[in-house]
Amino acid sequence: MGSGKTALVAALCRSLAGDLALAVVTNDIYTTEDADFLRQAGVLAGERIVAVETGCCPHTAIRDDIGANLEAVEGLEERLAPLDLVLVESGGDNLTATFSRGLVDRQIFVLDVAGGDKVPRKGGPGVTGADLLVVNKVDLAPAVRADLAVMARDAAARRGGGPVVFCSLTDDPAAGAVTSWVRAQLAVPPG
Amino acid sequence: MSLRAAALLLADGRFPAGGHAHSGGVEAAVARGRVGDLDDLVAFLRGRLATAGLVDAALAATTCHRAGGAGVLPWGELVAEADARQPSPALRASARVQGRALLRVGRRAWPGPILDELACAGPDGTPHSVVLGACAAAAGLRPGDAAAIAAHQAVAGPASAAVRLLGFDPLAVAAALADLADDVDRVAADAARTAGGSAADLPCGSALLLELGAEDHAAWEVRLFAS
Ligand SMILES: Nc1nc2c(ncn2[C@@H]2O[C@H](COP(=O)(O)OP(=O)(O)OP(=O)(O)O)[C@@H](O)[C@H]2O)c(=O)[nH]1
Ligand SMILES: [Mg+2]
Repeated sequence: MGSGKTALVAALCRSLAGDLALAVVTNDIYTTEDADFLRQAGVLAGERIVAVETGCCPHTAIRDDIGANLEAVEGLEERLAPLDLVLVESGGDNLTATFSRGLVDRQIFVLDVAGGDKVPRKGGPGVTGADLLVVNKVDLAPAVRADLAVMARDAAARRGGGPVVFCSLTDDPAAGAVTSWVRAQLAVPPG
Repeated sequence: MSLRAAALLLADGRFPAGGHAHSGGVEAAVARGRVGDLDDLVAFLRGRLATAGLVDAALAATTCHRAGGAGVLPWGELVAEADARQPSPALRASARVQGRALLRVGRRAWPGPILDELACAGPDGTPHSVVLGACAAAAGLRPGDAAAIAAHQAVAGPASAAVRLLGFDPLAVAAALADLADDVDRVAADAARTAGGSAADLPCGSALLLELGAEDHAAWEVRLFAS
């Protein structure tokens, strides 16, 4: 919750929309807050952003019962074909939130440094299983006395060496390292 | 055969057909102060079962009966009869959203001509009750099964939404649903009896407060459930 998912989606739109056909699906707990934020930020044409309503249970809509999200993605593909990349943002939830492979080809999990440096050690399917772990808000590390080296060590251990990016989306609104990772993934066939 | 595993699957709240995002009108009723405690919820569920529940169960049973038989399937007629019994545009739309979600998983679970034809029938989707009847037929179930599943869902989905919205004791809500079970069975039996008849004669139980509440709810800026 509040780790910077929408900020990351906005950053990816900023750095990828120039040469890729993009669309975004948001899963808000209430209203269409994230979708509205992205539209107002002007990072993507409004018609390329749709919101799914999740009925109190945002993780259900991305994991156990993905029909509404599939419908949203297919609707975008139909309307805006051809699309190179659809970004699906989950509703703010917790460490157990994870995407079904029936919905996404790649999953990025975003952690907030301000949540404390023990979070990677706690693990959970997002931390251990995501294709990319992003540890965001490193600019806040001194303020919350988070030890980034500890986070890096624990994340590496939990993920068996899987990729981890440390960043601050306020300092780097283009999310350089995550953008590079996404571009590299686009070259790999889905699955 | 009395109880079929396919019927349990189709009735299961965890069957991935999108039901979790809908409150069946409970969210609107809570906001308007009509549902605040467990007694209110039981009264709400009784009313819902006797009106929307009976209509949905009858439509599901009739669809199952016809889809299970031979000949051209009268999707258009059934959809028209469903819409004729639903004056609220918001509820018509939500029935179609839920119908599309159920059809998506139904076609994977029970592939075949019945659900393939239904998928081609309506460009903007088919109401949930009709899709439910078709799924039941595709799964080899009978009209009575389709009616029972529809009647069960008419109260079970809203009850679990109420637990999430009002923090009711889930055990107390389960007990309330158990108390309603005989009524659910009666509505299902009444609905199943209509299956062989003319679609125009299906029951018509309008629930004004559900309909008005749904119109109101659809216009809210902040809500937890899609309907
Ligand atoms: N200091 C700091 N703040 C950040 C950073 N990234 C995002 N934020 C702020 O954190 C807050 C939450 O960011 P969002 O992008 O909305 O987070 P989210 O994960 O989408 O939130 P939910 O969807 O509500 O779960 C906003 O006020 C952002 O401006 C960062 O790197 N550093
Ligand atoms: Mg967000």
